[in-house]
Amino acid sequence: MNNVRFLIARRVVQITIILLYFGANYYGWKMLAGNLSSSLILGTIPLSDPYAVLQMFVAGAAISSNILIGAVIIFLFYAIFGGRAFCSWVCPVNIITDAANWTRRKFGFDMVAKKQPSTRNLRYWVLLISLIISFFLGLAAFEFISPISMIHRGIIFGMGFGWAAMVILYLFDLFVLKNGWCGHICPLGGFYSIIGKFRLLKVRHDSVACTGCMKCKVVCPESQVLHMIDKVSIPVTSGECTNCGRCIDVCEDNALGFFLKVDNNNKKGEINNEKNE
Amino acid sequence: MNHKQDKVKSYRQPLSKSRRGFLGTTRNIGLAILGGLTWSAYVDEAKANKLLLRPPGALDESDFLKTCIKCGLCVDACRNRDGNVIFDNKGQRIGTKDPTLRLAAPGDNKPLGTPFFIARENPCFMCDDIPCVPACPSGALDLLSVTNKKTKKLDVNMAKMGLAVVHKESCIAYWGLQCDACYRACPLLGKALTIDMQMNKRTGKHAFLLPVVHSDICTGCGLCEKACVVEKAAIFVLPREFAMGRVGTHYVKGWDKKDQQRVGEAQSIHTVTKRSEKRAIDKLNNLGGLLDE
Repeated sequence: MNNVRFLIARRVVQITIILLYFGANYYGWKMLAGNLSSSLILGTIPLSDPYAVLQMFVAGAAISSNILIGAVIIFLFYAIFGGRAFCSWVCPVNIITDAANWTRRKFGFDMVAKKQPSTRNLRYWVLLISLIISFFLGLAAFEFISPISMIHRGIIFGMGFGWAAMVILYLFDLFVLKNGWCGHICPLGGFYSIIGKFRLLKVRHDSVACTGCMKCKVVCPESQVLHMIDKVSIPVTSGECTNCGRCIDVCEDNALGFFLKVDNNNKKGEINNEKNE
Repeated sequence: MNHKQDKVKSYRQPLSKSRRGFLGTTRNIGLAILGGLTWSAYVDEAKANKLLLRPPGALDESDFLKTCIKCGLCVDACRNRDGNVIFDNKGQRIGTKDPTLRLAAPGDNKPLGTPFFIARENPCFMCDDIPCVPACPSGALDLLSVTNKKTKKLDVNMAKMGLAVVHKESCIAYWGLQCDACYRACPLLGKALTIDMQMNKRTGKHAFLLPVVHSDICTGCGLCEKACVVEKAAIFVLPREFAMGRVGTHYVKGWDKKDQQRVGEAQSIHTVTKRSEKRAIDKLNNLGGLLDE
């Protein structure tokens, strides 16, 4: 049970959020209404997707105060606290891409096509291009094609052919590119990677306790952020870490864990000696 | 043989660092252009003006697409509006009827995630409190456009969602049958939709009761389209942009002061044609080489 703690917690959070949205539409609940683009807590506190608002701003829309306040709240939450936690704790696409990843590992597809034909920096390019297109076409460009919104909106308001987007993402991540959508293309993930750089919630690593089994690197959807494993006792500082906690789940040596800290260099309270000392 | 080996060798020669960097950058820029163009082509096609009806108070289509954040709060409000919720006889909520507003899903062939309604299936019922408009956080549904300036109260009759038009050939009132279903369904009966009586010359003793839509009052709610009794509605709502013409500034009602104000801001265009130097009589006699001399 200990090795799926955060996995289960994430699924519970993801599904609860979608359920609350669904209930708001179908049963008139007030707790959380709207969808992941913009919503309302208890009919009063607005929340908005800051990346969508950025696109709207670039497109030349007049941003209302409600939307702006909502975007600032979300922005501050992830920038100060959660980092890219949206991707692993909220976004419903995460369930699909995790499933694709699991299938890859379970059936050994990883062994067939080992070479990744694409760079993870692609998402920052997509982010930039989305803003350029938004500017020239005068509308939020990514929101028009986003499979994320197709899926969460589909669950809450009616799916249409949105199920096709789910299948496409699953097959793409399974057969074309490992961690293809969430780890390479998604500009929303790129956006949160940038703003989450200085988050408080991070994963710490204790290289003394680490036995170098590398189970964490196998399950990590952004394994490049775990470059310090078995080498140095420093926290995961890359903004691309989604704080999913999967590495902590699978670690049997207690060498990984969440911690809250302002300082990126670890001083007191952290084990500072390196493995080979 | 030797030549071939040379060729293979030249392929295998490692690229210089600068060349490698140059090729890499070129590839990235090329891919960015490829992706960007494909993406914009798709979006441009997808946003192209569609025949769809927006909720009350919606900004004009291009501003609407810019401003709407696609949150669906208007749809929430529409589904849970008064009168749409179904209660059992103990007063327990057991569900809702299908709401008028929907969010465009993949397959609807409408700009994704934006609210719209299909009048023939589920028209706008013109709620007095217009629940969908105050629910909008982005201002894409403009509260001011449906607020009476004098009383400061919401007035759904100010909405301009579309305009009903009548197809005469399929409207049975034009056949001489008495119908007036659309007229009875109109929430602004007698104002937005009136009945025009004309003599039926075919029988010589009956009247045509013809529906006439007045575009200055019609809100485009679609209740008439829903009520129409023929197989495919003979009266139907189109977005105003599609249903209406525009006179422009070339014509003006000389007897109407208001209309003169309309063209008041028009700028006059002076076109100067060079004066012909030929005498008029020569002009008439000159056939321009049409006839043999």
